[in-house]
Parts: sequence; structure tokens; C-alpha cells
Amino acid sequence: MQDVVLALLTKEPSHGYDLRRRLVAALGPLGETLNAGQIYVTLTRLEKAGLVVQEREDAPLRGPRRKVYALTAAGQERVAAWMTEGVGPRADVPEFHLKLVAAAESGMAEPLALVEARRRELRRSLAEAQHAVLTHGTDSEAGLLLEGVALRLQADLRWLEACERTWSARAPHGKGGGNG
Amino acid sequence: MTTRGGRWGRGQTRRGDTGDESAGPVLRAVGLSRVYGQGVSTVVAVDGVDLDIPVGQTLAVTGPSGCGKSTLLQLLGGLDRPDEGEVWLGGQRIDLLGERALARLRRRAVGFVHQDFHLMDELTAAENVELPALLAGDSPRTARRRAAALLDRVGLADRGRHLPSQLSGGQRQRVAVARALVNEPLVVLADEPTGNLDTAATHDVLRLFADLRATGQTLVLVTHDERVAATADRVVSLRDGASAEDIPLAAGGSQLGALLGWEE
Repeated sequence: MQDVVLALLTKEPSHGYDLRRRLVAALGPLGETLNAGQIYVTLTRLEKAGLVVQEREDAPLRGPRRKVYALTAAGQERVAAWMTEGVGPRADVPEFHLKLVAAAESGMAEPLALVEARRRELRRSLAEAQHAVLTHGTDSEAGLLLEGVALRLQADLRWLEACERTWSARAPHGKGGGNG
Repeated sequence: MTTRGGRWGRGQTRRGDTGDESAGPVLRAVGLSRVYGQGVSTVVAVDGVDLDIPVGQTLAVTGPSGCGKSTLLQLLGGLDRPDEGEVWLGGQRIDLLGERALARLRRRAVGFVHQDFHLMDELTAAENVELPALLAGDSPRTARRRAAALLDRVGLADRGRHLPSQLSGGQRQRVAVARALVNEPLVVLADEPTGNLDTAATHDVLRLFADLRATGQTLVLVTHDERVAATADRVVSLRDGASAEDIPLAAGGSQLGALLGWEE
């Protein structure tokens, strides 16, 4: 959650309400469960950690002046590290999705490069799992678990293909719309 | 087993006695392109692929359907000819060979494994395996002996007299692998070899491929199944006929602990 909020601030300083709106836009129904309170708690924690600072919003056209949060230099660094670090074989789909969204919004990383790195990571994990499957067979308890692990990694790889299609179609300069 | 005249040796001997190409890749594609159709209906199936496959490597070619992976395999095996580029097999350029020379080379140097097995229904398992050896000029006795040894190797020593219709899908595919090996090919090319198999049979075939790798057999397999590709030494992904990714799958470096979440 902290990383995601930080990532959303890379585009421009924002207030809590706007951050929530953007999160919901990126997550769809999965984001509806998120309440504004969670965002504000997170922002407060990030502020204490020195990763964001409050700025005074320029005079708004209408309505009250709201608290606007901006990244500090330390916050910038943390986002950059989060976006490009390997997420590990167990990482969940929403988190990686948000990395892609944040990467595209902020311009701090190329979504397709993240997809490629993630695919390498998953391929290596799948190779390991699949070798273990072949060694153990699927009629043992251990083999059954390994089969589940391999199927799960395979599903993640399939989803990455969809990510690749969508993000390459959106890439401003890349190879557009390439699908097999 | 001794190396027979005009044939390729196996394993270590192959590396030693192939002369000028011994240091290079056994299979090589340079700027390979294949275009189907004309005018507005032109489809570029393979688009400028470069590939070096060293002796003993298991390479998986993967990608969505229609990405050109089967066409690439046919070009590599001399079943189709490129519109541009070169194919080198065992140090010899094959895309310029005449039909007969190419057919002869294919028979000896390339073993094919297909998704739907392509066994002859009216021949027994053993006869199916013997056939390419006979076509390559082996005596019936030699062909029989080699077929028996290979059926044993693929775990079907007691099924030699069965017709394909009396075998399961997995067994049929193992017969097809034995047949692909009978002329001691430089490379085995497999197109979706597990595409028609259930999980258990898929695992049998993949274990068989792992055994082949252990003997130094070079293997190229085309698959859309990432779990099958994961058993290779290296994965090349095609997109729109071009190589989009080429990654080695190094053994070791365990991530399985991370999968269980016991790291944090």
C-alpha cells in the first residue's frame, strides 16, 4: 500500500481524494474496497517516514484548499527501487499491475521492460518447479503440490502475455499493437 | 555403439569427428524469413530470425499461436525453404540444396516428432521405428536391432508388436520419439510434442527428452505450453515471426522457498 501510494505521487503532487480516485481507476472493482481513510493513514505514515511532504495547494478554483502531498527525494528513491525490484515468484497480480500503471504514469520505467523482467523471473521459477514435478511425479503428495505451483506460474505467464499486448499497444514509441 | 559409415556418431564422438563444424553450432539460422501469399494478403510468418543452437542444447521455441514457431521449425528441418536467410545444419548450408539431396540429409540428420504422432497405422510399433532406418539404407537386421534397442530405451520393449491403435497417446508419442532417433540424427525437432497428451503422458515424454539431453542429443521443441518450455535449457519467444526474447534457464538458484513464502 505504501509503495503504491508513493508511486501514484510520482506523476504529480496530489491530495488523498484524488489518489483514491486514481487507484480505483487502475484497479476497477478490486479498488472499490479501498476507503479514503486507508489512504490518509498511509499518507500520514509516509510523511512521518520522510518520504512525502505536505504542500499548500495553490488556490483552488472552487471548494476548500486541500492538503496536497508531494514526494521527497527519499520517496523518489524508494519508488524507483520498488518499481524495478524483482517481485519474487509469489507476488500477486494486483501489485504487479500497479507497478505497470505507475511506471507508465510516472515515466520512471518502461512497462514492457518490467513485463520482460517479470517473465524471466517467472520462467526461472517455473523451470525449477517443472523439473521438480518431473522428478517427483504427480501421484505423490509432494508432486501434487509442485503441479499446483507449476500451474499457477503458467497462469501468471499467460497473464503477462496479455500485459505485453496491452502495454505495447499503448507504448508511445514502441512496436505498437503487436499480437501473434 | 560404433559410429557407422556415413552416419553421425553420438554424444562425445559427434563433437570430435565432425571436423570443421565441431566448434560451431550444430544448427544455425541467419536472417531467416518466410513469407506466405502475395500482395495485400502477404503474411510474414518468420521475420529475420537469427539462431545458434550448440550441440547438446535443448531449445524451446514458444509464443502465441500464429507467431511463426512451427514455420521456423520446418525451415530449420529443411521441410520448407526460406525466402531470405540461411540454414546451416552440421556445418552444411541446407537451404540451397536440391530436393533429393535435401531429402537425403533430412532422413539422416533430422528426427521429427509431431503433435499427432504421424505413425503408420498398419505397421507395428517396431516396424514404424525401423522404417526410417530401412529408407536410409540399413539392412533389415540392423534396423530391427536398432528399433528394439530404442523401444527399450523409451520404455516400450514389450510393445514392439502392437499396432499404434493398441497404444495410448503417450506410448504412441514415445514410439515416434524412438523413430526420430533411429538414424542417430544431429537434431531432433519436435512440434508441440505434448499437445495431444494428458498430464501423465506429457511428463513421460518430457522425462524422455531429459534422458535424451543427458546423452548429448540436440533438441528443438516448439510449444505454446510454458510448462513444457520450462524443461529446456533455453527459451526463445517469437512474436510476429521475430525473436522477442532469448533466455537461458540456468539450473540452480532455488526460488521454491520463496514460493512457499518462508523467506520473509
